[in-house]
Amino acid sequence: MKQGTPRLKTGLAEMLKGGVIMDVTTPEQAKIAEGAGACAVMALERVPADIRAHGGVARMADPTVVKTIMAAVTIPVMAKARIGHFVEARILEALGVDYIDESEVLTPADDRHHIDKRGFTVPFVCGCRNLGEALRRIAEGAAMIRTKGEPGTGNVVEAVRHCRQVMDEIRSLCALPEDEVANFAKECGAPLEAALAVRRKGRLTVVNFAAGGIATPADAAMMMHLGCDGVFVGSGIFKSGDPAKRARAIVQAVTNYRDYAMLAEISRDLGEAMVGIEISAITPAERMQERGW
Amino acid sequence: MANIGVLVLQGAFREHIVCLRRLGAATVEVRRRGDIDGIDALVIPGGESTTIGKLLVEGDMLAPLRERVEAGMPIYGSCAGLILLCREIENSDQPRLGVLDATVRRNAFGRQADSFEAALNMRELGSRPFPAVFIRAPVLTCVGPDVLVLAEVTGRPVAVRQNNVLATSFHPELTDDRRLHRYFLSMCGAACPVYKQVLKDGNAVESAWKKL
Repeated sequence: MKQGTPRLKTGLAEMLKGGVIMDVTTPEQAKIAEGAGACAVMALERVPADIRAHGGVARMADPTVVKTIMAAVTIPVMAKARIGHFVEARILEALGVDYIDESEVLTPADDRHHIDKRGFTVPFVCGCRNLGEALRRIAEGAAMIRTKGEPGTGNVVEAVRHCRQVMDEIRSLCALPEDEVANFAKECGAPLEAALAVRRKGRLTVVNFAAGGIATPADAAMMMHLGCDGVFVGSGIFKSGDPAKRARAIVQAVTNYRDYAMLAEISRDLGEAMVGIEISAITPAERMQERGW
Repeated sequence: MANIGVLVLQGAFREHIVCLRRLGAATVEVRRRGDIDGIDALVIPGGESTTIGKLLVEGDMLAPLRERVEAGMPIYGSCAGLILLCREIENSDQPRLGVLDATVRRNAFGRQADSFEAALNMRELGSRPFPAVFIRAPVLTCVGPDVLVLAEVTGRPVAVRQNNVLATSFHPELTDDRRLHRYFLSMCGAACPVYKQVLKDGNAVESAWKKL
């Protein structure tokens, strides 16, 4: 019997595909998310929009918050550790969370190194803005990737940019003759082996979700059209007027992303969406997507 | 040719489609109620059983599917699919097809940290052990008299067959071993004769795929 194998780590992500992973801060919110059809929840002390508003250093959630959310639902529970903070990650692993998000939403703990994720039993998901970043994370042991977007903004434009960027680079890589792959890998800062694996498969070797700014069923459906395997919704649900209804609608939208009549129906009367932020109103230093190396 | 439907509401449906196609089967994505009419068999993939169950209810698909299975349509569920097939689910009132006379315990081995890979003895698939991937997997705690147990872990059934219903708590779609999918196609062969040819040609088709 083997445990903590790459197949088990990437396998859980395969099971999440076509689903919505929702940020929750209380057991009550977790139950609403599960009731709406979330395929997993992300246990947090504050959603990204509040982290942005609150300022200061954002850290791993209190273990009590994580534990009570784990006890409240039967679906997988994820939790966030700071970039490079391998002790926070070990604590979350000891708590028994199902997935760790090494996340730019929290304040980075290391300005050069990400966590060496290969030695953990628990699987990791990491953010990326381009293929090089995705492949560096996979080489470090990430079993799932998400595009970063700009968290806590309710503005999908950055998620779209990052997703298109990754897909565009995969297409370029696959079109290259094999003897040019080494230079491609060097230029985008990706390990050669990881680049060759993507070229063989014609896509990323792990599941890729969209994240960072998704606020409506239409946003979620668009990310599916762009080639994502599923979506994370952070502030977009519990910062909106009717979280349960919006959560249900986004779950439906991810499954039925090609059915525009249905999208029209489920987008009706969802109440107020979260207040959005124009990206140019955030100074580059305050952009969470810039965190990670 | 007969069509093997794969429920594509949520989960690892892509992997099942790849496995079936490599064996030469024709697959159809089942996303809406109307898709059910065009299929001769169905695979329910792994995923999140509560999510898939809700989407089945919202799509009005539970009753027509149950009707088809009760009329003899072959159906195979892996992991979340197994849960959705069971009549009883411990501590849960979540939606289900309820066509398998069995009681299931979800997340029976624990959380993701307790997920594991093991080699299973399954006589129906030959003498070589089957590589089984268990991810937050369920087990059956009780099965009816018509249920044939194909494999067990620590004395609990993890692969069963009841006439036209096949269920496993593990994920053959995550491995390269196609024996379980071939076994399911043989069940479909009984229901739709054209698959007898597929089974005969299965090895040839698969080796052709490998050359590609």
